[in-house]
Amino acid sequence: MGKYVVRRLLTAIPTILVISFIIFAIVDLSPSDPTSNLPMTIPPEVRAKVREALGADDPFVVKYVKWLNQFFIAEPLNLIETSFGITFPGSEDRARVISWATRGPVIDIIAQRLPQTLWVVGSSYILGVLIAVPVGIYSAYRQYSIFDQVGTFLMMVGFSVPTFFTGLMFIIVFSVNLKWFDSVYDTTLVVSDIETLRQQLNQMIMPVTVLTLYTTAQMSRYTRASTLENLQQDFIRTARSKGLTERVVVGRHVVRNSLIPVVTLIALGIPGIFGGALITEQIFRINGIGQYLIIAIQGGDLPTVQTVTFIFAVLVVFFNIVADVLYGILDPRVTYT
Amino acid sequence: MKTKLTLLFIVVMAISSFGGVALTQDMSEVQILYWQASSILNPYLSGGTKDIDASAIVLEPLANWAPDGSLNLNLAAEIPTLENGGISEDLTSITWNLRDDIVWSDGSPFTAEDVVFTWEYCTHPEAGCVQADEFVGVVSVEAMGMHSVTVTFDAPKPNPFRPFVSHIQPILQKAQFGDCIGAEMAACSDANFAPIGTGPFIVEEFRPNDVVTYVRNPNYRDADMGKPAFDRVVFKGGGDAESAARAVLETGEADYAWNLQIAPAVLDSMEAAGNGQVVVAYGQAIETIWINSTDVSPDNPNRSVWMADGSNAHPFLSNKAIRQAMSMAIDTNVLAEQLYGRSGKATCNFINSPASNVSPNTSCDQDIAGAIALLDEAGVLDSDGDGVREYMGHPLRVQYQTSTNAVRQNTQALIKQWWGEIGIDTELRNIDAGVYFGGDPASPDTYQKFYSDVEMYTTGSSSPDMESLLSNNRCGQAPGPDNNWTGSNIIRFCNADYDAALDELSQTAGQDARAAVIIRLNDILVQEYALIPLVYRSSASSAYANSLGGVDINGWDSEMWNIEDWYRADM
Repeated sequence: MGKYVVRRLLTAIPTILVISFIIFAIVDLSPSDPTSNLPMTIPPEVRAKVREALGADDPFVVKYVKWLNQFFIAEPLNLIETSFGITFPGSEDRARVISWATRGPVIDIIAQRLPQTLWVVGSSYILGVLIAVPVGIYSAYRQYSIFDQVGTFLMMVGFSVPTFFTGLMFIIVFSVNLKWFDSVYDTTLVVSDIETLRQQLNQMIMPVTVLTLYTTAQMSRYTRASTLENLQQDFIRTARSKGLTERVVVGRHVVRNSLIPVVTLIALGIPGIFGGALITEQIFRINGIGQYLIIAIQGGDLPTVQTVTFIFAVLVVFFNIVADVLYGILDPRVTYT
Repeated sequence: MKTKLTLLFIVVMAISSFGGVALTQDMSEVQILYWQASSILNPYLSGGTKDIDASAIVLEPLANWAPDGSLNLNLAAEIPTLENGGISEDLTSITWNLRDDIVWSDGSPFTAEDVVFTWEYCTHPEAGCVQADEFVGVVSVEAMGMHSVTVTFDAPKPNPFRPFVSHIQPILQKAQFGDCIGAEMAACSDANFAPIGTGPFIVEEFRPNDVVTYVRNPNYRDADMGKPAFDRVVFKGGGDAESAARAVLETGEADYAWNLQIAPAVLDSMEAAGNGQVVVAYGQAIETIWINSTDVSPDNPNRSVWMADGSNAHPFLSNKAIRQAMSMAIDTNVLAEQLYGRSGKATCNFINSPASNVSPNTSCDQDIAGAIALLDEAGVLDSDGDGVREYMGHPLRVQYQTSTNAVRQNTQALIKQWWGEIGIDTELRNIDAGVYFGGDPASPDTYQKFYSDVEMYTTGSSSPDMESLLSNNRCGQAPGPDNNWTGSNIIRFCNADYDAALDELSQTAGQDARAAVIIRLNDILVQEYALIPLVYRSSASSAYANSLGGVDINGWDSEMWNIEDWYRADM
């Protein structure tokens, strides 16, 4: 098992490098230009100068190697320096990954935005899983009951109605008409007492609900399908004929087996939390990682797009490994060699 | 059942007790929403309106443009003129006398050295300064004592009000930015994120691409007059225009929302809620049909390339009668009213502002019958009966391109129909704005390359002086392979009278005299039908709450130009 994990982690390194190269190539080859958002009154000579100062016209290889150096050498060193308060030689001249739009270090902005993304997207994910698993199991156990029919209907709605629609509906109903909740998320709010906690909950309710609806819909479908499959297995019939109580049959034999694919699915979904929820963040002005990525793409901000998507890719690779390992722990039939 | 209802009731009550949206009718704070978030507070590193406006709350120029196109003083003590000796007789230099009572927000005095430094900062060869064009032609900027500064130009400048005028080029503090010059410019993120200014507010916290909070500047020059009225400003970015409008007009969560380019009907219904109002400002932004004077056939090796000997002229658009008929067929009133609503007015002129520059000599009422008669008379007839006229064997089939945008596609559809009525067949094409305006010389789809017969986009001028806008159409400045498709003369226009009038404009001082020449230039472009102006578009449209007073939206400068005068109005 330990050997397997080490091997997977080692093979992940070349995978990640190839991914970084492919992302860089795609972003660099796309027809985006960091000066394209400037007003049309700014003449081409000035644009050329700006691109030159940014290094946007450097050859592909130069830009890529620069980024590799910034991301894999300068940023980790900087992280060590700031977290332990020590200084390495050459600290002054070290080039960090600098955004073309803000001219500030990309990593600092990601760190600044992580809290609001985790608060909103993370809590909706946890909430979604907490609701989806029991709902899915009960729906399957009482297949074709009213609960199942209503649940299936609601989940289909949650699954098929896009978040930009539900988000807008929520704003119109709860902000415009009822005036209950804020539609503009205040990222500078610091929770320090009851009143600020109330404000934080108030501004989180709508985006979290919108996202939870979507996560719940997705997860409960999987849980239901997986539970249904297990309910028809021979060993369940055996368990029942042994005279076990329904509680033990469902709780121990059905649920445990049914959750194996669901746990994998949950693990694979975790990187999505860090990626933020592009549309929901935009609608409620949460300005987390997702919104940052969108702005960077629109502005042709190559270092930012590259860094954010790459971190995302690393998380996907990592949680894939986690999912595989979990699978082995939960399912004794799977062995690693 | 009853218990369930009670439960539901309790839940609803509990949720609603969270509620009570944090209404911002707060006396001490003003909430501004920009749906594009500000990414940097240094306008020399970003030309985006969101960044210029966010920095205008802190940084000030010597003078700026007021909504009517006149000059408003900030750091200068008086407007330099020929009479007071501020502008030299030969028009090659301008001397600004600065106010001597101004201090930076950190308490240090503001002097002429800061002005000189700002010029050095932006014009450093390695800087990549976005506003470098504003300093073109400036030979030197010298401090004449503590509170006087002279800008010298390489040639007579009848309009010297460009360097240090308007919030796109405010004065930076030398003490703060002194080490950020040249290649170091981009590395100074601390300074770029929180510049020290002379304006009414100082930056409290800046979160790139998210929110800026400002607090009152205690050292502001009019602090003893109670300015600014607010203690804090929150400048929040992100989202979209529609929800920004909603936050001001319907939910009352914000006081001011910027650039509301949304359907007029939607905006009207939001305004009906009665929380606030929508205001528009006009600068110089004209939606125009540009007519290509060169041959654009796909098999032409010199496609869309202007030749000095006239050998590559367009097979039929080089005929003035055809261009005139195309212009006559269009009803600009319908376009403005139906498609632009309050954000645009019909116009017959290319230059529409300030008021003294507007030509009285043009007219453009729709006249389809007249257009048909004109074409018949010119011998441009439909000889083969396919519904499309021919000129010297060339059927009048035009390709009409523009950027992808709902209003533009609707405009295209209407114009295609009108041109169809006079026997001109139109093929419509729309291109993603990023590509169309992207300027990539390798792309065949940029507006500069102009690989179509006509195209449509808006052009404008950032200052009320129209000389640089009109100079774009000087003969010989056409985009082409020799300049990597970067020329400014998109219509490949070449007219000796026009160039002579441009020369005259560059020698003429005084607003009235200049206006006369500008009108002549406008008339040449319009009456030669080198282009067809359609709609005079508002350059700014914003919403503000009824409880906010003092807003004076400005088409010539940052909308935040007078934020020190904003106050909380009694409701």
